[in-house]
Amino acid sequence: MIHLTINGLNISVEQGATLLDAARLYGIPIPTICSMEGLSPYGACRLCVVQIGEEKNTKLVSSCTYLAQDGQNVLTDSPRVIRARKMILELMLASCPQSRIIQDLASEHDIYGHRFKQEFEDCFLCGLCVRMCEEQMMAGAIDFKGRGETRSIGTPFNMKSDACRMCGGCIYICPACQLSGSNTDLKKAPLNERSETSLDSV
Amino acid sequence: MIKISSLDEFIDFRHRILSEKEAHYDKPTLVVCGGTGGQASGSNDVIRIIKRHILEHNLQEKIALRITGCHGLCQMDPFILVEPGLQFYPKLKMKDVPQVIEAALGNYTVEKLIYKELDEQKCYECQKDIPFFKGQTRTLLGNNQKLDPIRILDYIEQGGYAALEKVLSNGDPEWIIREVQESGLRGRGGAGFPTGKKWELARNSGNEQKQKYIICNADEGDPGAYMDRSLLEGNPHAIIEGMLIAGIAIGATQGFIYVRSEYPLAIKHALIALRQAQDLGLLGEDILNTGIDFNIEIVRGAGAFVCGEETALIKSIEGFRGEPVQRPPYPIEFGLWQKPTCINNVETLINIPVIINRGAKEYAKVGLPNNTGTKVFSLVGKIKNTGLVEVPLGTKISKVVNDIGGGSIGNTKIKAVQTGGPSGGCIPANMFDLSIDYESLANAGSIMGSGGMIVMDEKTCMVDVARYFMIFLKDESCGKCFTCRKGTQRMYEILDDISAGNGSIEQLDILDELAHVVKDTSMCGLGQTAPNPVLSTLKYFRDEYVEHIKNRRCPAGVCKALITYSINENCTGCLRCLRSCPEGAITGEKKELHRIDASLCIRCGACITVCNFDAIDVE
Repeated sequence: MIHLTINGLNISVEQGATLLDAARLYGIPIPTICSMEGLSPYGACRLCVVQIGEEKNTKLVSSCTYLAQDGQNVLTDSPRVIRARKMILELMLASCPQSRIIQDLASEHDIYGHRFKQEFEDCFLCGLCVRMCEEQMMAGAIDFKGRGETRSIGTPFNMKSDACRMCGGCIYICPACQLSGSNTDLKKAPLNERSETSLDSV
Repeated sequence: MIKISSLDEFIDFRHRILSEKEAHYDKPTLVVCGGTGGQASGSNDVIRIIKRHILEHNLQEKIALRITGCHGLCQMDPFILVEPGLQFYPKLKMKDVPQVIEAALGNYTVEKLIYKELDEQKCYECQKDIPFFKGQTRTLLGNNQKLDPIRILDYIEQGGYAALEKVLSNGDPEWIIREVQESGLRGRGGAGFPTGKKWELARNSGNEQKQKYIICNADEGDPGAYMDRSLLEGNPHAIIEGMLIAGIAIGATQGFIYVRSEYPLAIKHALIALRQAQDLGLLGEDILNTGIDFNIEIVRGAGAFVCGEETALIKSIEGFRGEPVQRPPYPIEFGLWQKPTCINNVETLINIPVIINRGAKEYAKVGLPNNTGTKVFSLVGKIKNTGLVEVPLGTKISKVVNDIGGGSIGNTKIKAVQTGGPSGGCIPANMFDLSIDYESLANAGSIMGSGGMIVMDEKTCMVDVARYFMIFLKDESCGKCFTCRKGTQRMYEILDDISAGNGSIEQLDILDELAHVVKDTSMCGLGQTAPNPVLSTLKYFRDEYVEHIKNRRCPAGVCKALITYSINENCTGCLRCLRSCPEGAITGEKKELHRIDASLCIRCGACITVCNFDAIDVE
């Protein structure tokens, strides 16, 4: 068993548990978007960052990917963490304003607007669709391509994929294109100013 | 080449080469830089002319030619260095080359062509006295001029593979690690992690497994940095020796050199050197009958700066997309193909034979405690002597910039030095008393990085510098972390706005906040250090930002949207600028004052380049 503290609370978790697992176990809320039970953690959205230790040069790490270790002093609501979460949500609103999940999370953190130029992207590259396709549907038809501004998700060379079984798992899991909060009541976002997504080729 | 099959045989062989060394150096030698920089400056023509002259005049027995890697004073390419007197003839024109050859043969100096400082008459007859070289301690780079990189016998003649012999004769790998630890060597790739400690951890890692790996990181992505290139091009055997010793120390049997594809000459020289080492019997199975196996393979990068990050590099070698992964677990435990892997920078590895040969205590006398040894820097920008500079750690910035670098070019004052490449920060001129060591640079808001040092003067706009580095980083970000990808894009947007004169004061606060969040939340070093140029320029040069925003003015005269070009009374009406303008924005008659139409002018600077009368003003 691993013994550590979260927000001053002494806790124990099993070897192999992440900091996010530990927090969820003890009911400590940490917002996440790209983390999903049943899929491997990726660490793309950075919303789940927590602070380890209180010295000056401590880092913030994504709790979904960071394994719990003995003696860690984890802070999930320190000023640096809160500032980070707010800025991340501001950036998300500036890029994907139509996503209900982002809107909800933003208002939960008192973010109602942003200070950047508005973009309308229908994907913020959380990678849930990639992991869904690979790990749950065992198809692996889509993956990340490119880097930086040209990073996108799609099939190899944007060609129609033989591995894709049209299961719809990627659409089901996508947090950016859902108008309602619940996954079962699914509606896709309107196509206004949609940037080119290679998922169109699927 | 005959393969040597035992350690004793190698010891004999090496000593025989050393004792025959004197016989080789009985005639004068012309040394020419054939490194990438030298070739780009025309050294191939110099070499051609020398060869032709020697053949035409039958001088093969009387004079020798050595083509080497980079010497460091790249500003003076193409040059010829004459041994044994070490006469340095810089910036040669092709017609002057035969004079140099004759002077070498006759053992005299050509005063007209020998090195002089700019605007001075004094001749420097010996390379050692030239201020650029005098101020340095060229432990690593100094060997480049003494050997032909693709001749293993040259390397052995200069004491090469003596460290390997020492290590194999000693037989105790833990002794190697203790020596490296005692030397205080820190990783030269940028992070400065103690190399001895890394090797100890690697040695003790995964004891149940036999397979371990050594990787030499020769990705060198920082724009403007070419230290590793020059070391790999100019002395590949030293790196092979370093890797061999590393492999023996940690128990690895396979090494990789990960070189960026943009270094074809370094790759070529490394491949040739590997083949020679193999043929001689220093690489492969059961090296010199000691039972030790070690092979080195070259893996080429594919153009991604992020692949210099160790976990992304590992992914790249494995054949995956170069995307960093969360650490811990560290590559020392689970690295290449999940096996214990030790990754070291080129410069770190080239220090290893020096440590073994000199002994850790001697090595540690150079530099400062906790910052031992020398470091190679690429000194570029608005400085007289651009090139590679090697100094002990702890040297003051002012010494590097003024004594070695020669100060600024022209009559503009130096404003700042940017260290550490795109991950680094700017250090203003009033802090040039700072010692160059890992801690001092970090405290000042910059980093040592891989050793880039860009000198900036009054005509460099600090907003433009931050913007330039942000363009680079946003394009090179792998894009996995939302904050790094979007953060670098948004920071660039704000910097672009300010540079175009559309910024607001509130944006400076947003920029600061965003920079801190990107620094805090990114997973890998690229994102964590991406805000450094912005944060350090905001800290030390905030007034320039404010000037761009409040008065829509670029004090350095760089940001295109905020400057106008105009012609002053120095103009003689020579028509040169008129002819060079791509937009046809200049009008005027011969011998009459020309005029620039500001609405057509794109501020490309072509007119300034061709004007001989300093008649173009930039406001």
